[in-house]
Amino acid sequence: MPDLPLATWLGRVAGVEGQPLPPALAAWESRNNRLAWMGLAADGFAEAVRAARLRYGSDRIALVLGTSTASIGASEEAYRNLEPDGQFPPHLRQPILHAPHALADFVQHALELHGICVTVATACSSSAKVFAQAERLLRTGLADAAVVGGVDSLCGSVLFGFNSLELVSPEPCRPFDPDRRGLSLGEAAGFALLERDGPAGPWLLGYGESSDAHHMSSPHPEGLGARIAIRDALDRAGLGANDIDYINLHGTASQKNDATEALVVADLFPATTRASSTKGWTGHTLGAAGILEAVITWLAMDAGFTPGTLNSRALAAECGPQIRLENEAAELRFTLSHSFGFGGSNCVLAFGRERPA
Amino acid sequence: MSAGSQQVFVDGVGLWAPRLPGWEMAGPVLRGEASAPETLAARPKPPLLAPTERRRATDTVAIALEVAVRACEHAAVDPRVLSSVFACTHGDLATSDYLCATLAGTPTLVSPTRFHNSVHNAPAGYWSIGTGSLAPYTALAADRHTFGAGFLEAAVQVACESRPVLSVAYDVEARGPMATVVHSRGMLATALVLAPRPSVHSVARITWRLVSAVAPRPTLARENNAALVAGNALEACLVLFESLADAAPRTVVQTLTGSALELVVEPWSVAAPAAG
Repeated sequence: MPDLPLATWLGRVAGVEGQPLPPALAAWESRNNRLAWMGLAADGFAEAVRAARLRYGSDRIALVLGTSTASIGASEEAYRNLEPDGQFPPHLRQPILHAPHALADFVQHALELHGICVTVATACSSSAKVFAQAERLLRTGLADAAVVGGVDSLCGSVLFGFNSLELVSPEPCRPFDPDRRGLSLGEAAGFALLERDGPAGPWLLGYGESSDAHHMSSPHPEGLGARIAIRDALDRAGLGANDIDYINLHGTASQKNDATEALVVADLFPATTRASSTKGWTGHTLGAAGILEAVITWLAMDAGFTPGTLNSRALAAECGPQIRLENEAAELRFTLSHSFGFGGSNCVLAFGRERPA
Repeated sequence: MSAGSQQVFVDGVGLWAPRLPGWEMAGPVLRGEASAPETLAARPKPPLLAPTERRRATDTVAIALEVAVRACEHAAVDPRVLSSVFACTHGDLATSDYLCATLAGTPTLVSPTRFHNSVHNAPAGYWSIGTGSLAPYTALAADRHTFGAGFLEAAVQVACESRPVLSVAYDVEARGPMATVVHSRGMLATALVLAPRPSVHSVARITWRLVSAVAPRPTLARENNAALVAGNALEACLVLFESLADAAPRTVVQTLTGSALELVVEPWSVAAPAAG
């Protein structure tokens, strides 16, 4: 990345620069793909996919990944280092590196998968919507399992782009705080292997998708699209709002998102539903936020614990009793994760520690 | 539900390229009954947008909205009831060139409008805003299999939700230094309104299935037709529109990663009711 003439805080993953891809995958070299590789290597994920490949066959495992900017960081680097004749430097001439599909193409090769392979790029809802698309592929029998997830990495486009929209906070983000000053950008890689059945959860119980039909970079003021996505997710899961123990909120710490989301949660859920934004720990990881926050939600269900809202000192007036600042011990059976993106694309995922009776 | 064949009905078609500017005029050209215009058509004025947004609209937004609107008109369907799938190989390449060049020079001068136009889902977002549709959209990419991936997702949604779905695909020309590595020329946009059941608006039935193939061989459009969109990242999809124009049954293969989509395209029309 270039030196940043921006006063901001970042959720930057340490050590990405020092971890080149293995030689066989060097053609896909970019910060985003390095982060993807680190994610695949974590928690035995690549081994789990290898086992699934033996079970199902590599052509029966779909790959559906979300990203907002893929490897655009590599394109930015090429433009900063053009050859005198206007060509990209030789190590950046692989066409796929400069395509939105760069991430999925890389992961497909890294995991040696040969099934349906597709990129979802709907900004901040990308790696939540991958669950919906993959579930449909399993339901229609077009795949027996699916690798879903998302990766987005820090690059000039998002840093200066969000800066131009005056959405970036000069301090660590404080979701739902009355004095919040905007979002902190972050980067992350996350993956999950979806199967129709298994010995234990977590279970994807439902999803809800909708559009705001309002504005490219600002949510609908009454959260119309968010409400539709929540209803859709609850209906598909066969749950009511009363059943939801915890919601991992989109909670970017932008003025408008948090005001709208707080209103929607206060309107639709009982006081027994706990809710928080975990972006104080991670920053807003954009196209990776859906998978990252799904994983945080599963960890919370597993540990019997709800994360609070880091950095925030008080709650804005719109917040109902659902939104919590502190971590709390809690038995969680059913949970939601909210992802509301740029361009008014909303996705809500419903998870269960067990399947509903 | 099995992984066997599934059916969708085509209720509306949209197509736009500089030498095929609109589905109505493209039909006779693709059938070989008329010649394509020699002069390249100017970019369509993007429908649905407010005047200020219309002036600032990117090429991808202009052509994607144009074909989406025309396909819905053709299907006589209210766009607000349709879920939609927007597929594009490269996104708005002129905006990528602008962003990368600005970031290399004066990064703090990135334009907020051009930044929000850079997201892959910008045309889908403008579609939702312009039509007032709260139905979900998605925005996909799959390198050279982008058209197939978009059609597949739309057809899968039709099967799962038993509702009509709008499937849009578009790609534009690479600009600036980006054009030295990313190869896409001209403009091409297509749209299909796909329905689970036949109606008076249905013009074709497509029976589709996945076929395994290590190196799938796509069906090619006839040479004269292929030349009209040659070099565009989506050029391989033209054969499907040629088949829709032909009004004779034909099997068309579109590639996916590691497999292919086999589409049996058959003309469809509900017999006109007897005069009475």
